Amino acid sequence: MNGDLVNGDLVNSGHSINPIGTDLSSAQSAASPGTARGSLLEARELFRAFGNTPALQGASLSVAQGEVLAVMGPSGSGKSTLLHCLAGIYTPDRGEVWFDGHRIDTLGDNLRTEMRRTDFGFVFQFGQLVPELTALDNVALPLLLGKVRRKLAYETAQSWLVRLGLEELGARRTGELSGGQAQRVAIGRALATRPKVLFADEPTGALDSLTGEKVMDLLVSTARQEGTTVVVVTHDARVAACADREVMVRDGRVAAGYGAAAAAR
Amino acid sequence: MSVPLTLLGLLDREPSHGYDLKRDYDAFFGRGKPLPFGQVYSTLSRLARDGKVTAGEAEPGDGPDRKRYAITEAGREEVETWLTRPAEPEPHLQSVLFAKVVLALMLGRPAADYLDTQRAAHLKRMRELTELRRSGPTIDVLLADYGLFHLEADLRWIDATEARLGSLAEMVRTS
Repeated sequence: MNGDLVNGDLVNSGHSINPIGTDLSSAQSAASPGTARGSLLEARELFRAFGNTPALQGASLSVAQGEVLAVMGPSGSGKSTLLHCLAGIYTPDRGEVWFDGHRIDTLGDNLRTEMRRTDFGFVFQFGQLVPELTALDNVALPLLLGKVRRKLAYETAQSWLVRLGLEELGARRTGELSGGQAQRVAIGRALATRPKVLFADEPTGALDSLTGEKVMDLLVSTARQEGTTVVVVTHDARVAACADREVMVRDGRVAAGYGAAAAAR
Repeated sequence: MSVPLTLLGLLDREPSHGYDLKRDYDAFFGRGKPLPFGQVYSTLSRLARDGKVTAGEAEPGDGPDRKRYAITEAGREEVETWLTRPAEPEPHLQSVLFAKVVLALMLGRPAADYLDTQRAAHLKRMRELTELRRSGPTIDVLLADYGLFHLEADLRWIDATEARLGSLAEMVRTS
């Protein structure tokens, strides 16, 4: 653990932004000639099929450090599969995924799991919270899993609930919260470990439009304050309008003219 | 935005000077495009000519026009009719885009690319409006919402059209 709680924020004294930090030294690292300038995360010619059904067919994409990127596309276009490959949840059948100068698609399961827990945060449409646990427990959980001391984990979780306007709800089980409240808890849980990248898959898909807007505003503004890169999959143009840039995925590929990171364009 | 009807509506509150009308118009409806004084007075003159308002005697003081204007019964009826009649739904942008898409398909041009370009332009404008509604006062938020919902509707049309480009191309080329 290399973090200290200062003024309610977890401040790191180590080289990593997050308090835990995956050691990717065993991964292939490269200032590869093909690495896009300013890119934190990159997919290169990804192919992935489920049985005989192709989901990705040569998808390439790069995301700049601190960028908020919306991934759009029709249902079944492969946008969620692309997100899962970028996040190390799926491994592509072919192609490469690079994160922070390291190739991650070839990492073993343990290292990828570690990386997901420490370097990445996730907000899904629903289902990522443990309904039997309180809001405070849910936000503290990833810190405890990362072996942060219990007292510090709970202090950090509490500071996130305050920041997200949920201080009154810390003792409530998340199964008893409204959809919007639960997603705010999910944002706190995803950002509590100070990940480098936050992945969100239809984060407002189960919310009414006004609540969805508030949740999206909160997600993006908090991530920007933290300097966290965000990749959000959405079919909703109003969600995409909160991002710095959008890409369109069609038939398993990123549509022409959309793939390069903002910093590289 | 109909300037004459909006000024009539403002006069329906209480008799006002041209200066007051301009100030209120700019505050609520101008939003970065203030109404020129000349247009205020020329509009009031036409409304007076048509019997929608009456102009009082010129009052002493500085300024180009110190007349107080009041709405007439005919003017009040016109405001009432305007407010209660639904505005003409005008799918204006769609008709332009529709023409572009059909012509592109007729000419063997990349209609999907044109739709992508339009989508990107729409999303860029939506980002600007989203920023405006995040930081602006309530009036700006409501105006930005109006723009956002319309742009969103256009985007839905763009998505639906893109999904049907194949069948549309077939129809266009065989007819």
